[in-house]
Amino acid sequence: MVKSGTIILNTAARLLMPLQLLFSIFLLLRGHDEPGGGFIAGLVAAGAFTLYLFAFGVSATKEVLRMLDPRDLIGMGLLLGMISVVPAWFMGEAFLTAQWWTIPGIDFKASTPLIFDIGVYLAVLGSVLTMVMTLMEVDKDEP
Amino acid sequence: MMQLAVLSGFALAAFAPLFHRWFGDRASFVFAAYPAALALWFLNQLPAVMAGETLVLAMEWVPSLGMSLTFVVDGLSLLFALLVTGIGTLVLIYAGGYLKGHPDLMRFHLAILAFMVSMLGLVLADGLFTLFVFWELTSITSYLLIGFNHTDLEARKSARQGLFVTVAGGLALMAGLAMLGVAGESWSLRELNAMGDVLREHDLYTPLLICLLLGAFTKSAQFPFHFWLPNAMAAPTPVSAYLHSATMVKAGIYLLARLQPSLGGTEMWTVTLSVVGALTMFTGAFLAIRHTNIKKLLAYSTIMALGTLTMLLGIGTEGALIAFVTFLLAHSLYKGSLFMVAGILDHETGTKDVTAMGGLRPLMPITAVVAMVAALSLAGVPPLFGFIGKELMFESVLEASAWRWLVLLLAFSAAILTIAVAAIIALRPFFGQRRQTPRVAHEAPASMLLGPAVLAVLSLVLGLLPVLAGSGLLTAAASAVAGTPVEVKLSLWHGINLPLLMSLVSLALGYLLFKRWDRVRARLALLDPLISRGPEAGYDALMDGVVVVSEWQTRVLQNGYMRNYILVMILTLIALIGNSLLLRHAPQFHIALDVQFHEVVVVGTMVMGALFATISRSRLGAVVSVGIMGFSIALLFILFSAPDLGITQLLVETLTVILLVLVLFRLPRFSSLSTPLERVRDVAVAGSLGGLITLLILTSWSIDQFVPISDYMIANSAPLAHGRNIVNVILVDYRALDTLGEIFVLALAAIGVFAMLKLRAPEKPKKSAPAKENADG
Repeated sequence: MVKSGTIILNTAARLLMPLQLLFSIFLLLRGHDEPGGGFIAGLVAAGAFTLYLFAFGVSATKEVLRMLDPRDLIGMGLLLGMISVVPAWFMGEAFLTAQWWTIPGIDFKASTPLIFDIGVYLAVLGSVLTMVMTLMEVDKDEP
Repeated sequence: MMQLAVLSGFALAAFAPLFHRWFGDRASFVFAAYPAALALWFLNQLPAVMAGETLVLAMEWVPSLGMSLTFVVDGLSLLFALLVTGIGTLVLIYAGGYLKGHPDLMRFHLAILAFMVSMLGLVLADGLFTLFVFWELTSITSYLLIGFNHTDLEARKSARQGLFVTVAGGLALMAGLAMLGVAGESWSLRELNAMGDVLREHDLYTPLLICLLLGAFTKSAQFPFHFWLPNAMAAPTPVSAYLHSATMVKAGIYLLARLQPSLGGTEMWTVTLSVVGALTMFTGAFLAIRHTNIKKLLAYSTIMALGTLTMLLGIGTEGALIAFVTFLLAHSLYKGSLFMVAGILDHETGTKDVTAMGGLRPLMPITAVVAMVAALSLAGVPPLFGFIGKELMFESVLEASAWRWLVLLLAFSAAILTIAVAAIIALRPFFGQRRQTPRVAHEAPASMLLGPAVLAVLSLVLGLLPVLAGSGLLTAAASAVAGTPVEVKLSLWHGINLPLLMSLVSLALGYLLFKRWDRVRARLALLDPLISRGPEAGYDALMDGVVVVSEWQTRVLQNGYMRNYILVMILTLIALIGNSLLLRHAPQFHIALDVQFHEVVVVGTMVMGALFATISRSRLGAVVSVGIMGFSIALLFILFSAPDLGITQLLVETLTVILLVLVLFRLPRFSSLSTPLERVRDVAVAGSLGGLITLLILTSWSIDQFVPISDYMIANSAPLAHGRNIVNVILVDYRALDTLGEIFVLALAAIGVFAMLKLRAPEKPKKSAPAKENADG
C-alpha cells in the first residue's frame, strides 16, 4: 500500500534522517537540564526512521538498521533500564539511588539517570518502530 | 554473605544446561556438591546453636519498606536447613541414577536446585516479606517438578491442582502475614516472637490466625486440603522423596512451629490445630490402606505424619513440642528413605503396584534390608528412632487438654493403620511368592542405594543412641519452638507405662490388619462413592465454576469490540471516582474565572475539535478534528510553560497521524452502526465522565489536603539530582521505578501489536475446539 515516495520525499528523507537522529541524541543528552529527555528523543528518532520508511519502504529501512531488529532495541532499552539500578546496589545504597561520576578530561557528567534515560530512548524507539514496521509489513504481505 | 551463598543456588540452576554439556549424566554429582557444602556449613554452626545461641545474619533488602534479607539460624531453622541440604544432597545423587539418560534431566536439575534454594530461604528467613517470597517460590518450583512429565495429562493436571491449592493458601498467608506485621508493628519474626502477649490480645488475632492457618494447612496438606498431595505423586520419585516427605509439605508445619511462641497457646490455636491435626492424621492413614500403589500409600502416610505434627503443635505442652521435633526428624529420615525405595522398586520392576510384586528379597537384598529398617521406623518398632517419636506422641496425646478423647481415638487408630501401611510396604514386595513383574528385577545401582541406606542407617543409629540427636539439635529446635529453653532427654526405654502398652496393642492390631489387608480393601471399596465426594470433588466443582465464570465474563466484558472495552473502562472509572468524590467527600470549589482571551481561543478550538469528531460523517474528518484537539492541548501545555509536555504531545500527535495513515485504508467503509438509543447512552456516559473529571479537577484545585510534593522536587532537583529540567528529573530519578514500569508496558504493547499482526494462528477448522482445550489443558 505504502509506495516509495516521490523524488522530493526521497531526497528530503535522505537528508533529514541523519539530522533528525542527531537532533534526537541532542535532545536526549540535554534532557536533564533543558526540555528533552529519553522519551521525547525516542519519539523524534522514531519519526526519523518512519520518514525513511515512507520514502524507501521496509526493506531499505532494514538495511539502514543493519543487524538491529527494532525488537532487539526494545530489549536493549529495558536491559539498560534495569542495569542502571545495579551501581547503587554495589555502593550499598537503596535501590535506584542515582550515582554520578565525572569523566575526567572532557568534563562530562555520567550518571545512572543518563543510562536509564538511554534505556528509555531505546525502548521507545524500538517499540514505535516495531509497531510501524509490523503494520507496513502486513500491508506488503496481504494485497 | 551466607545469603549470597544460598542464593548462588539460583545462579547454579541457571547454569544447569552448561554443566550438563560439560559433565553429561554425571552433572548430578556436581550439583550435589552445592547442598553438601551448605550442609557442612550448617553442621559447623551446630555447636554454637546447641549452646543456645541464635545466629543472626543481617542483610538489608529494601530498608525503607522494612524488607530485609536477614537470615536467622536457631535450632528450628538449623534442623530444617540440615534436612533440606542433607536430604537434598542424597536426592540429587539418587536422581542421577533414577533419571539416568532422561532427555529432560537438565530441566529437572534446574527446577530442583531452584526449589532447594527457595526452601532454604524459607526456613532461614527472618523478614515476613522474605518468608512470603520464598514460600511462593517453593509453590512455583514444585509446580514445575510435579509437572515434570509434561506430556502426561495427569501430571499436568496434578501439578496445576497442587499449584492452585498452595497458591490460594499463599494468598491467605499474605493477608495473614500483613495483619501479623500490622498487629505486631514489626516485620521481623524474631521481634514478633518476643511479643506473643501483645499479639494474642490484639483485635486482629482471630482473622490473622485464620489466614495464616489457611496458608499453612494448604501447604502442608491438612484435612480438607489433603487431596493434592497424593495426586502430586505424578512427579518423578526423587521429587516425591524430597518435596513430599521432608521439605515442601513441611513448610506449613515450619511456619506453625515458627509462630508457636507468638501465636500459640490460645484456645483457638489449641483446639483448631489438635482437632484438624488429628483428623488429618486419621484421614491420611485410613485412605492409605485403600491403595495398592506404593507411592500413594506413602503419600497418604505422609499426610498422616503431617497431621501428627500439627496435632502436636496444637497440644503445645513442653512434652508435645519435644515429641514434635523428634517425630519431625524421625519422619523425614524414614519417609525420605521409603520414597527412594519405592522409586527403586518402580525403576527395577516397572510397576508401582505392591500387589504385583512379591518375593523380591533374593533379587534385591540391599533394598530389602533398607526398606525393612525404614518401615520398622515408620511402624514405630524399637529400637528405631520412629519408636521414640511414637512413644512421645502417645504421651503428649494423653496429656492433651482440648478434646482429649477424640484426639486420642483418632491418633490411636491412625497408629494402627500406619503399622499396617508399613508392613505392606516392607513385606509385600519382598516376601511371599515370586511374581512376574513387567521388568526383570535386579539390585539398583549404588547411586540409588546410597540415599535410602544413609537415611535408614540414621534412623537406626539415632534409635540406638537417641542422645546423639536429643541432647544437641533437638533441644535447640524444641527451645526455638517453645520460645523458652527446653531440655530434650530421649531414651528408648521409658518403663512400662500406658504409651508402651498402646504401642504394643497397636502393633498387634496393625499386624492383624496387614494379614487381612486384601479383604479389608475389598470391604473398603464399598466406600468409594462416598470418598469420591470428598474435598477433591469440591475442588473440581470450584475449578469448573471458575471456567464458567471466566467464559461468561469474557463474553460480556471482553467480547472483542473496542467500543465495549471503552464503555466498560469508562463506567468503572465513573463508579470509582464518583463514589469517592460525590459520596465520600463532598465536592467543594469556588470558580474564579481569570482567563486571558488567547486561552479562551485555544480551549474553544479544542472543544470544537472534540465536538466535530463525534458528529463528523467522514473518517478523515474525524481524524483531522481529533488532531486539532491534540495540537490545541499541546499549545495549552506550552502556554502554561510545560515545554516537555508540549513537545511530547506534539510528537504523539504526529505519531498518531502516521499510524492512522497506515491503517486508514485497511478499515471497512465508514458507517454508523449505533442505534439512536445507543448514541444517547454513549452521550450520557461520555458526558458524565467529562463532568465528573471537571468536578474532580476543580475540587482538587480548591482544597489542599496534603502539602504538595512539587515544592520539594523543585527545591531539590538541582542540588540533589543535578538536573534543572524537573520533568526529566522526575522521570529518570525521583520516579524512575514508575518509568521503568512504563517502558515495560510500552514494550509489551509493541510486542502485542507484533504478535497480533505477525503470529496469527492458522485458521481452526472448528470453533469449539479451542474452548475445550482451555478447559482441561
